[in-house]
Amino acid sequence: MSFLEVKKVSRFFGGLAAIKDVSFEVRKGEILGLIGPNGAGKTTIFNVVNGFYHPSQGNVFFKDLKISGLKPYQICRRGIARTFQVVKPLQRMSVLDNVVTSAFLRAKDKRQAVEIAHDSLRFTGLYDDRDVISRGLPLGKRKRLEIARALATQPEVLLLDESFAGLNPTELDESIGIIRKIKNRGITIMIIEHHMKVIMAISDRIVVLNYGEKIAEGTPLEIRSNPLVVEAYLGEAQSA
Amino acid sequence: MKKYFPYIALAFLTVIPLLELNSYLMHILILVVMWSVIGMAWNLLSGYCGQVSFGHAAFFGVGAYTSGMLYAKLGISGWWGVPASIVVVTLFALVIGYICLRLRGPYFALATLSIGVILRIVVENLVQVTGGDLGIMIRERSWIEKTWFYYIILAIAAFSYLLVKKIIGSKLGYYFVAIREDQDAAESLGINTTLYKTIALCLSAVITGFAGAFYTNYMGYIDPKVVFALHDISIIAIMVVMVGGVATFSGPIVGAIIMVVLAEAIRSIPMLGTAHHTFFGILLIVIIIFLPNGIVGDFLKLKRLVGLARRPS
Repeated sequence: MSFLEVKKVSRFFGGLAAIKDVSFEVRKGEILGLIGPNGAGKTTIFNVVNGFYHPSQGNVFFKDLKISGLKPYQICRRGIARTFQVVKPLQRMSVLDNVVTSAFLRAKDKRQAVEIAHDSLRFTGLYDDRDVISRGLPLGKRKRLEIARALATQPEVLLLDESFAGLNPTELDESIGIIRKIKNRGITIMIIEHHMKVIMAISDRIVVLNYGEKIAEGTPLEIRSNPLVVEAYLGEAQSA
Repeated sequence: MKKYFPYIALAFLTVIPLLELNSYLMHILILVVMWSVIGMAWNLLSGYCGQVSFGHAAFFGVGAYTSGMLYAKLGISGWWGVPASIVVVTLFALVIGYICLRLRGPYFALATLSIGVILRIVVENLVQVTGGDLGIMIRERSWIEKTWFYYIILAIAAFSYLLVKKIIGSKLGYYFVAIREDQDAAESLGINTTLYKTIALCLSAVITGFAGAFYTNYMGYIDPKVVFALHDISIIAIMVVMVGGVATFSGPIVGAIIMVVLAEAIRSIPMLGTAHHTFFGILLIVIIIFLPNGIVGDFLKLKRLVGLARRPS
């Protein structure tokens, strides 16, 4: 039985194939990195797994049940949460209310929702900012708010879309720490990231996309030395 | 103190009839309360859930006609229209929601705008069923005792206020605001946005329908041009909330007071005719520029503007 499986998925926009015949598997408890040049189809994969797009061909299975074709909220209920590359905080709500909103998914009443939200905020280090209106939050914290909010839905799988982009080195370290803590909680993570140092350090396995096709899959070490990947994405300097 | 303010206000409003105001003042008061009900309803759907409706006259009219038709066709008291409108308006809102809630933002607004107009034309032309342009007469307008009408609409208003307050503090309220702020984010947080938008629409429609059903019984006469009016119902519903304060509890009440009093004041200017709508337009522009959150939402800013508050040191 596979945990989360993307099976021969293609997605066309008009004549353009954003992803073409992509298959891979996410194993329970691991961190799977998804890398590739801009426009390679990484976010499209997230959108397909998360239900914003339905695959044009192929299917996505979660714990052997087909989830492609379901709506995003149904997929979230089954235990797959995501963050957005372009952060989408609920702007005119406080940080706490943002997280309470998502905590309601599993909470049986408001008191419990607030409890879950507090937990999630402490976990991501946003507890002291809980009363700030999220519009006023700096980017680094907004990225973490995305994570806090996704965690409050108590997912089994977390899709992180460039949660590190635009962070300064301190924030970067904090976020890496948070990702590791999430993993230790037993949550499976699929992560899109351009920051090579980060992705190589935290991923158990990596899938590389280029022009919508999977060109490689393997451990960070294998990926680093794969000539196809070096040519398409990493470049000579990185491989040296 | 602030917590008890709504109860104090309610107590105050309850004893007002003891002042034995004249019939005209009572009429104004009733209109104010009725408009705050419509404002609260609009606020729930458009203020909190972010689905801006330009067609609340549709729900008002359906409520009004539910009352009117019960009287005209079945010969029972028009007051049955208040409970009956719950069923009729909900069914109607479900149909409207099924069609319009697929649309987002301005497209939803335009769709609701057209629903209001379509409904007016339908009711005007279904002469056999609705009486067409002649409308429905429940009784001759005469100088009736207004106290009981006042208490009835006040009860509806208190009920609506508590309902909105309860909803906004609950999971429903969080979900409504989440949908307003970002529908895609809401969806990915496990919120069935279609379902919750439909709930917001139905609740808002039912409350508006109450006001409509009350209107029929109070005025004694309705016709399509009045109860399905775009400029006199749909737009004023928006104005009441915009002026008072979008997504605030007391905004619709403040807005209703201002709008009703203003409408009366402007109407008393001779030779103005329908030009009084111009004033509303100007008022709306001023509000949007200077107090985008309405009088309640921007109360501190307002105090500073008129120089009452101390400057922040």
